[in-house]
Amino acid sequence: MTFINYASREINCKIVYYGPGLCGKTTNLQYIYDSTAPTSKGKLISLATETDRTLFFDFMPLELGTVRGFKTRFHLYTVPGQVFYDASRKLILKGVDGVVFVADSQEERMDANIESLYNLEENLQAHGHDLMKLPYVLQLNKRDLPTAIPAADLAAELQRKGEPVHEAVAATGVGVFDTLKSVAKQVLTELRKS
Amino acid sequence: MVIREPQFGQLKTVLAKLRTDAAAQVTFLVDKNGQSIAVQGDVGNLDTTSLASLAAGNVAATGGMAQLVGEKEFPTLSHEGEHENIYICVIGRALLIVVFDDQASLGLVKLRVKQASREFAQIFAEINSQANESTDDESLFAEITDEDIDSLFK
Repeated sequence: MTFINYASREINCKIVYYGPGLCGKTTNLQYIYDSTAPTSKGKLISLATETDRTLFFDFMPLELGTVRGFKTRFHLYTVPGQVFYDASRKLILKGVDGVVFVADSQEERMDANIESLYNLEENLQAHGHDLMKLPYVLQLNKRDLPTAIPAADLAAELQRKGEPVHEAVAATGVGVFDTLKSVAKQVLTELRKS
Repeated sequence: MVIREPQFGQLKTVLAKLRTDAAAQVTFLVDKNGQSIAVQGDVGNLDTTSLASLAAGNVAATGGMAQLVGEKEFPTLSHEGEHENIYICVIGRALLIVVFDDQASLGLVKLRVKQASREFAQIFAEINSQANESTDDESLFAEITDEDIDSLFK
């Protein structure tokens, strides 16, 4: 749910990066963090296990600039991708304004992508959200791997509603900002409608 | 959640009074989704944006545990460190966070928070009741153009 403070003239929105384990959600945030000017970002908080797997969430606040005199801030979150952290994933979707689904392009992760996408829809429903009505972007990550299946095949399997699809290599930053822009635009457009 | 000028001022006034009465360093309000609403006190180097997000995550996780044992929620959380302490209280859709050191006591903080909670609850009720009233400012959002949005990404 977008938070609007007329007194301090701020708009805060929440974007969640969702997807199966090891698909590159944290890598997306890390790249955004590393590539953003210090004045535009806060700390990157990672609640991770000793082996650097996300335990609860990663979080970073990002200030994009001003729209009609309102400072526009995006709070970016990732969820833990591992199947058994479902309770945590559900909590993080609370109050979400937009979702990026990060798919792993490797053939052997296709089932994990599909399972995670179903899980996203279920967990959104638990909060009264409908994926079909929510700002949403599909990112096809790890396009540089030799085992990546063709983007068109992946999109055909995972696209839900004609949402924008972005090919990416999050580790090197390819497609990372395109994905963020794409979901942020949808969130702001939604604000205009409401 | 939409906060307007009069209610924002009222929230800050109650936060400031609570801070003084509880001898706390910082008092602040956060919504349950982790967005910071208002802050009062000696923030210094405290990263209130990160603290807001983590407090909301903390309350959400504790709420999940509460439901597993058959409770609706655990409305208060307290964390005691060697020098610094944090007390969190759920007030409807918001969280009240009090950061205090050994100059204050947990008992005093709890008492003052309880008193302030009623005032916060009233202000939030007002915020909720005005949620659907539109203002001139709101028509601003309807006027946001594609160019305005694109300009954020240049």
